[in-house]
Amino acid sequence: MRIGVPRETRAGERLVAASPASVEKLIKLGYEVAVEAGAGTQASFLDEQYQAAGATLVDAADAWGADIVTCVNAPKPAQIKLLREGATLVATMAPQSNEKLVGTLAKKGVTALALDAVPRISRAQSIDVLSTMSNVAGYRAVIEAAEVYGGMFTGQVTAAGKTAPAKVFVIGAGVAGLAAIGAAASLGAQVRAFDVRPEVAEQIGSMGGEFVVAPEAQQEISADGYAKPLTAEQQAAAMDVYAKEAANADVVITTALVRGSAPTTITAAMVASMRPGSVVVDLAASGGGNCELTVPGKTVTSDNEVTIVGYTDLTSRMPRHTSTLLGTNIVHLMELLTPGKDGELTLDLEDVVQRGMTVAHAGEILWPPPPVSVSAAPPAPAGPSDEELAAKAAAAAEEADRKSKRRNILYGLGAVASLLLLSFADSATVQHLTVFALAVIVGFYVISNVKHSLHTPLMSQTNAISGIILVGALLQIGSSDALVSTLAFVAAAVASINIFGGFLVTYRMLGMFRKDA
Amino acid sequence: MTLTSLAQATYVVAAVLFVLSLAGLSKQETARRGNMLGMVGMGLALAATVILSLDVSERSVLVTALLIACVFAIGAGVGIWRARTVEMTQMPELIAMLHSFVGAAAVLVGFNSHLTATHADAIHQIEVFLGIFIGAVTLTGSIVAFLKLSARMKSSPLTLPGRNWLNLGAIVVSVGLMFVYMATDSIVPVLIMTAIALLLGFHLVAAIGGGDMPVVVSMLNSYSGWAAAAAGLMLSNDLLIVTGALVGSSGAILSYLMCKAMNRAFISVILGGFGTESGTSSGDAEQGEHTEVQVPEVAQLLTEAKSVIIVPGYGMAVAKAQYPVADLVANLRAHGVEVRFGVHPVAGRLPGHMNVLLAEAKVPYDIVLEMDEINDDFPETDVVLVIGANDVVNPSALEDPGSPLAGMPVLEVWKAKQCIVFKRSMATGYAGVQNPLFFRENSAMLFGDAKTKVEEILTEVRSAEGAHA
Repeated sequence: MRIGVPRETRAGERLVAASPASVEKLIKLGYEVAVEAGAGTQASFLDEQYQAAGATLVDAADAWGADIVTCVNAPKPAQIKLLREGATLVATMAPQSNEKLVGTLAKKGVTALALDAVPRISRAQSIDVLSTMSNVAGYRAVIEAAEVYGGMFTGQVTAAGKTAPAKVFVIGAGVAGLAAIGAAASLGAQVRAFDVRPEVAEQIGSMGGEFVVAPEAQQEISADGYAKPLTAEQQAAAMDVYAKEAANADVVITTALVRGSAPTTITAAMVASMRPGSVVVDLAASGGGNCELTVPGKTVTSDNEVTIVGYTDLTSRMPRHTSTLLGTNIVHLMELLTPGKDGELTLDLEDVVQRGMTVAHAGEILWPPPPVSVSAAPPAPAGPSDEELAAKAAAAAEEADRKSKRRNILYGLGAVASLLLLSFADSATVQHLTVFALAVIVGFYVISNVKHSLHTPLMSQTNAISGIILVGALLQIGSSDALVSTLAFVAAAVASINIFGGFLVTYRMLGMFRKDA
Repeated sequence: MTLTSLAQATYVVAAVLFVLSLAGLSKQETARRGNMLGMVGMGLALAATVILSLDVSERSVLVTALLIACVFAIGAGVGIWRARTVEMTQMPELIAMLHSFVGAAAVLVGFNSHLTATHADAIHQIEVFLGIFIGAVTLTGSIVAFLKLSARMKSSPLTLPGRNWLNLGAIVVSVGLMFVYMATDSIVPVLIMTAIALLLGFHLVAAIGGGDMPVVVSMLNSYSGWAAAAAGLMLSNDLLIVTGALVGSSGAILSYLMCKAMNRAFISVILGGFGTESGTSSGDAEQGEHTEVQVPEVAQLLTEAKSVIIVPGYGMAVAKAQYPVADLVANLRAHGVEVRFGVHPVAGRLPGHMNVLLAEAKVPYDIVLEMDEINDDFPETDVVLVIGANDVVNPSALEDPGSPLAGMPVLEVWKAKQCIVFKRSMATGYAGVQNPLFFRENSAMLFGDAKTKVEEILTEVRSAEGAHA
């Protein structure tokens, strides 16, 4: 079958749905690939490169008329007309807010796969275009902020004085938020981040940011990996956090998109409280914006000289890498759809991933798909009831009690037995045993906090010291009995090997340990 | 002031020095001082003893002095030669061998003590008997440990039917013989008991699997201390008692700490037979396919990584790969890659074995971390290199309750983004358990000799660097 890659026609769009590298992989899957002339030029992929990768160059009508059409943006009505009946369209479609488009495609008999409706399960991650886009957008948001911000992100101490590092506050730790945290931190900024899902604290930390903890504003662990709308109290508490953090920050990056719509996180009053020269980058501008002052697609400046960046095309601003990643997502999708690697597309609606993406097939609208529980973190399992727990604890306590009773009785018996034994012994022996018992205790305490790395030297040292048995042998060596003397000699010889060998080898080992200078 | 009281005073000083020596060895900063204090203490004790033994000599002083000189010549000659030439990888064998010497000495001193005893005193007889018994168990136990460690004997546990009953029987018979000895004061029961104790020592250690060898070695260390203490009791020598008790209790606590690290009951390790009873494990069941990688890919992964953790195991010691590993680490660190080592408490065949090997190769000890310090960092790690470790990185310890390793804390290497396992083949580890780590999606196998492979990676990394420059 033939895959068509048309040129994107949306104003300012610089992306393309296939890179020369991804074309090569599609051909390996058994497909023919037809690329519209000039499709990749804006992303710095030249027509010749596509040809070298094995694609044929065609015009727009041919590209749209292929068996399978892959593009970045949803097609315009004129382009839908070019689609063949029974063709497959792979594109981002925002099906939740684009019923009309889905209807038209279904009526036309087109199988429509929405790249932005991939279920969020681990297996489908390699196809998840939203993750790809968010990742790039988050990174670019930091670059845009850095350009507008009148200073360096990293703190410096120079002969000409000292500059403080930029303070960046990121709202929302989804893919975009995390990418922004990582990018800002690697430029040297101090990054703080907030999310209503407390389980992301670890991820924020891993990217180099600091998690802002506000329990009253944060909700429980979610079942599907997305944030839920907040209750009124949580909302109010969250706004307090935003106000406090924004006033302290040089750069605020907001990424709050709850299923396509953008709640307000930064009010006009908060912008007014920010220092002049500060920057707000609104990644949710396409959904109307998280900041009250955001103008989608534009950069505006507030009365107190705070710049609000509301670009909606952040991914297009890095067309080369975005297109490469996007192309790879599409290759992964085609691998899933082409189990035979024979260039024949086989749609399996039993598969959750394919079912989730398919919004129209064989004349029917298949959106929305049945819900899949796709948790990033599994919801807490229904634990045993309180009574059960209490019963268990009681049983455990009883068991422990019985054990300790038994132990006490045993100890008691042991003490009585040793007492009886000792009272028969003469006073010299008792003295020796006293010394023995004390030494055991000293040994116990001296060793119990030894560092693990020193176990081997410690062992060879104690080994050398236990060669002290040589003392006993030496005292017997002068015996007039030849047998005793011989035995003592042998004993002394082996014990002295122990002493010399043990101490020296310990010395040798310790000499090797060194600290990084 | 007599010679004896002077010697006693010296013994007190020596005993204190020994305590300080062990205390010093518990920290890196004071370890060398601890070693020195031990030597000084030993020197003082020996000097005092030599004078004392010349004084009490029943023969001409010259002959005795000559004999003592011979003893030291042999001890110093053999001891220094072994200590200088031993490979760090063979440390466990050396230490096991040295334990057996203490055991042998204890047995001989015990016999002498019997032979020189002037009167039959019950307490003294018990001490002699006990000293010989512990010494004999230590002697054969250490020899078996030595043979197992140096691969001259199969490391898998020897499991005779009813082995716990055999052990118990040996002890009961020995106790019976002790009463016979106390009644008759004849050497015959002592000789029979010695034979039984020698067999018991052999059987005890033979029944313990190779994976538990670190615990065994430190346990034998403890035994050798108890043997010295028993000798001290029979000779009424406080220095021997104190030192023996010190070594005995420190060895015991070390073994206990190690058992805790493996989440095993101390008793069950000592009684042996590890890895033979728990049969419900998925064992060798079909585990899936493993991925193989080649040297150039690994080199590329390493140079592109931000953080790398190396998990060494006994295999690294066997291949003597610690030197190229150290070079590789130095090279990567010079290029800004964060490299650390994660050492499992029971990696290797001796507690702290890996630390010694890495120190030998001049890896700074502050980047060598323990399991608890590093386990939480795996999710943020780009690449993990598992070099010659197997059981200590086995996920079934946490996930498969039927596994013989179940419940043992392990290094959670599979949480890293990519895990490379250096291995000679797909064979199982010391515990004889299959490792599902090899079949994980984010792990790949690099087959071959660890040393050659690491050297190849190092060459690759260096040439890549040349290309960039």
